[in-house]
Amino acid sequence: MKTVHVAATINGDPVEFVCEPHESLLDALRNRLGLTGAKEGCGTGDCGACSVTLNGRLVCSCLVLGAEADKAAIGTIEGMAEADRLHPLQQSFIDHAALQCGVCTPGILVAAKALLERNPDPTDTEVRYWLAGNLCRCTGYDKIIQAVQDAARQMRHA
Amino acid sequence: MKVKIWGSLSAFTDGRGELEVEAENFKQLLDQLAEQYPGLKPQIERGVSLALDGWIYREAWFTPIGPDSEVVLMPYMQGG
Amino acid sequence: MNMRAKSERAFKVVGTRPPRPDGVDKVTGRALYGADVSAPGMLAGRILRSPHPHAEILSIDTSAAEALPGVKAVITSADFGLPEDESLRDIQDNCMARGKALYDGHAVAAVAAVSPAVAGAALKLIKVEYRPLPHVTDVDAAFAKDAPVVQAGRTLENVPPGVSENVTSFCEFGHGDLAGGFAKADRIVSRSFTTAATHQGYIEPHACLASMGSDGKADLWCCTQGQYNVRSVCAGILGMEASQLKVTASEIGGGFGGKTTVFIEPVALALSRKAGRPVKIVMTRDEVFRATGPTVTTSIDVKIGMTATGRITAAEAKLRYSGGAFPCVTVDMGAQAAFAAYDLEAVRSLGWNVLTNRPKEAPYRAPGAPQAIYAVESVVDELCEALGLDPLEVRLKNAARKGTKSSYGPTFDDIGLVATLEAAKAHPHYAAPLGPGQARGLSCGFWFNFGGNTCVSLNINTDGTVSVTEGNPDIGGSRAAISQMAAEELGIAYEKVRTVVADTSSLGHNDVTDGSRVTFSVGLATIKAARDAIGKMCARVAKIWGIDEDAVFWEGGYAKPAGPNAGDFPPMSLAEIAAISFQTGGPIAGHHEFNADGAGVSFGVHLCDVEVDRETGATKILRYTVFQDAGKAVHPAYVEGQMQGGAAQGIGWALNEEYIYGADGRLQNPGFLDYRVPVASDLPRIETVILEIPNPGHPYGVRGVGETPIVPPLAAVSNAMSRAIGARLNRLPMSPPTVLKALNAAGA
Repeated sequence: MKTVHVAATINGDPVEFVCEPHESLLDALRNRLGLTGAKEGCGTGDCGACSVTLNGRLVCSCLVLGAEADKAAIGTIEGMAEADRLHPLQQSFIDHAALQCGVCTPGILVAAKALLERNPDPTDTEVRYWLAGNLCRCTGYDKIIQAVQDAARQMRHA
Repeated sequence: MKVKIWGSLSAFTDGRGELEVEAENFKQLLDQLAEQYPGLKPQIERGVSLALDGWIYREAWFTPIGPDSEVVLMPYMQGG
Repeated sequence: MNMRAKSERAFKVVGTRPPRPDGVDKVTGRALYGADVSAPGMLAGRILRSPHPHAEILSIDTSAAEALPGVKAVITSADFGLPEDESLRDIQDNCMARGKALYDGHAVAAVAAVSPAVAGAALKLIKVEYRPLPHVTDVDAAFAKDAPVVQAGRTLENVPPGVSENVTSFCEFGHGDLAGGFAKADRIVSRSFTTAATHQGYIEPHACLASMGSDGKADLWCCTQGQYNVRSVCAGILGMEASQLKVTASEIGGGFGGKTTVFIEPVALALSRKAGRPVKIVMTRDEVFRATGPTVTTSIDVKIGMTATGRITAAEAKLRYSGGAFPCVTVDMGAQAAFAAYDLEAVRSLGWNVLTNRPKEAPYRAPGAPQAIYAVESVVDELCEALGLDPLEVRLKNAARKGTKSSYGPTFDDIGLVATLEAAKAHPHYAAPLGPGQARGLSCGFWFNFGGNTCVSLNINTDGTVSVTEGNPDIGGSRAAISQMAAEELGIAYEKVRTVVADTSSLGHNDVTDGSRVTFSVGLATIKAARDAIGKMCARVAKIWGIDEDAVFWEGGYAKPAGPNAGDFPPMSLAEIAAISFQTGGPIAGHHEFNADGAGVSFGVHLCDVEVDRETGATKILRYTVFQDAGKAVHPAYVEGQMQGGAAQGIGWALNEEYIYGADGRLQNPGFLDYRVPVASDLPRIETVILEIPNPGHPYGVRGVGETPIVPPLAAVSNAMSRAIGARLNRLPMSPPTVLKALNAAGA
């Protein structure tokens, strides 16, 4: 099968790769680019562990083709911290014990960041509905909601 | 000393739920039970836990048993 | 050292909430899970699975698959030996069907190829000739005398005669005069319940990377709750010596009991052995649902008698569990746990396990207990309603306490049930007003908690820091808790300690992370290892000071002379002792190896408010509070996390989660779209109240906390819903169709 050449921007860096036409963006990120922060929890868009942004839009990278990333700007968990400075959401998740096993955490952080960019002051209910596409099996979500709200507060006052 | 066994094992102990053995530790206790009641042997070989004065031990042959200790045989436990 | 002595110490590190050592790695995407590593020359492994729930495998033709370019190895059960040990043989047969496929999704062959796509294409070229056999997936149907026999000859000697050949084991627990007890009751309620099989639902599918050389040495990287168990099982199946197989546990993306056994690891090793190259296998979510270890599915009868004032006079439960296509003893634990919360004069629980054409059960948080306690707590609640009694007062009146002869035999030591119930009673939630159509439910929960085989090695580094090596994968924040206990005992700062999880070559055997044992057992071993190191440090200091070892003691991170007679020496800190250790006798380390005992049992109480939509049957959880005895909460935030996470899983079990098998015996909902776990918008805040009734078996009073929280939600939600709709519900999950049916039956 003929492979597809893709030129994209990932976390601000220019990146080129080839992938098979049917290959998901998630597989391309993980297997071709070594960006294993996005996880495959289901491969069907139900769990959100593979969440990334595609031109600013929150997507499940398991439902996007690698080929669709051509000329696009992709944001992954690996681009969230600036050098050694964690994003307020990342720090807040650690401070609030909002992660246990942590396998859903990259997707939830990417999704939460996308939420706060659109709505810097969400209600708890808005956070819960926005994150309804990101399954977490360890925490019962309680501490995640608190961590997102605390980070939102900090970011509003920054 | 007395050992309490669980109900379904009494099929192999002539219906008795409490057995009398002379043992100073779990190993002696298990050996005696298997000798006195050969029907218990398959279960003992599959694994048993022992509760000593309310504490559960999964396997521990040389745990000493006092003459007045409460000893209860339990199935081997596994968890999540 | 007397570990039974209750400690009155004031803690400095234990009980605080430091950041988790794996936190930065996990929020930056750097943490490496099962599927995140690769090896040069690695092949992709894929597994072919039976589409039949029950079929004889007449032949497997792998020649076309082997001929496909890029395919490096194809294996079937013929590539494995036949272990003598029956339980090992069952594990192997579950990993790769031998002669018969026993459930939809049962592995029948596997391929290693240069890419997942080639491996997938090769699977399609394997020709398996099946002879479909009659199947049974329903627990009650499997008991019928004429039910299809899943496996013959698996009935244990303890099963009374006259039952289906599918029945593999029987158990009975209890004490007292049941008939006499029921005769004293003013009201007797007898009900039957069913609970669906659920899945642990860890977000990370099973994944492993195996590399086996022609010299017989092998390395295995995998997500597991117990690398030592993986080693012994895989070595047994592959006929290897344990020392030649090094198993490294990756970060684990959830387990909850479901990663205490193996599914793909022996397959990956066998493929690697045959291909001579590393092989990685990553399960799809469909495979996780069809072919890992969901819970038992159950059918339960409970009969309880009560006086008009709320004292239980007799209680009986009959538990029929199915753990799938292989023998399973989870019913033993359900039967023992069923009435654990109560102080009863007459109690009996009977349990049977039956084979069905479903995947073999794996533990899931307090295995066997949630179902049994759900049934018991539902009947207790119905009695309270019928007699007009407060359900919390009735629990208090009948609660097990220190000195109670438990329903499963032993007499309880210090336990926290009464304190937990009192806390629930005093909490604002219990008195909060309810709106129209809303109702409140409660339930008790219980788990035994285990100790088990444990090794810890604790090294004092020359810069005054400490490296702890332990052998249990961290599934709930245990590395932080272990570092806290090491710091507490040594008298140094938490930040000075780093705890790592060892591979199987770096430390002796550790039992799997199960039974809520890690913070208790590994913590206890860590404390003892620290005391071992302290003894050695004191001995060094005695030499430096030229006094007896007995004249040096340890306090707050310093070696000090024991009194004026010992001499006047300035205290030496751990860092000072460590810095000159090469000159005083060499590196200093403490270690401890033991089979831990004294894990204290754990009780919890949950309160739940619900509202049921009478038109759609959908249920909204309005408020939820968890009360639990933690003995001593080492890291309270992680204890709360266990309580909240367990509650959420239990709520999912109560409301929606369910393995649905069609008449064709195939699983109809092997994905997160149709197997619906709770999402953030389904749940309210989950409030937590931690009680601390010290476990006499641990120097800090620690009890395991991880499993109990999944037990009460089933009945807490069900009792609330039954009261809300005015009809008793007796089937899980209480999904909208079930609720609507109950509403219609009640004529509402």
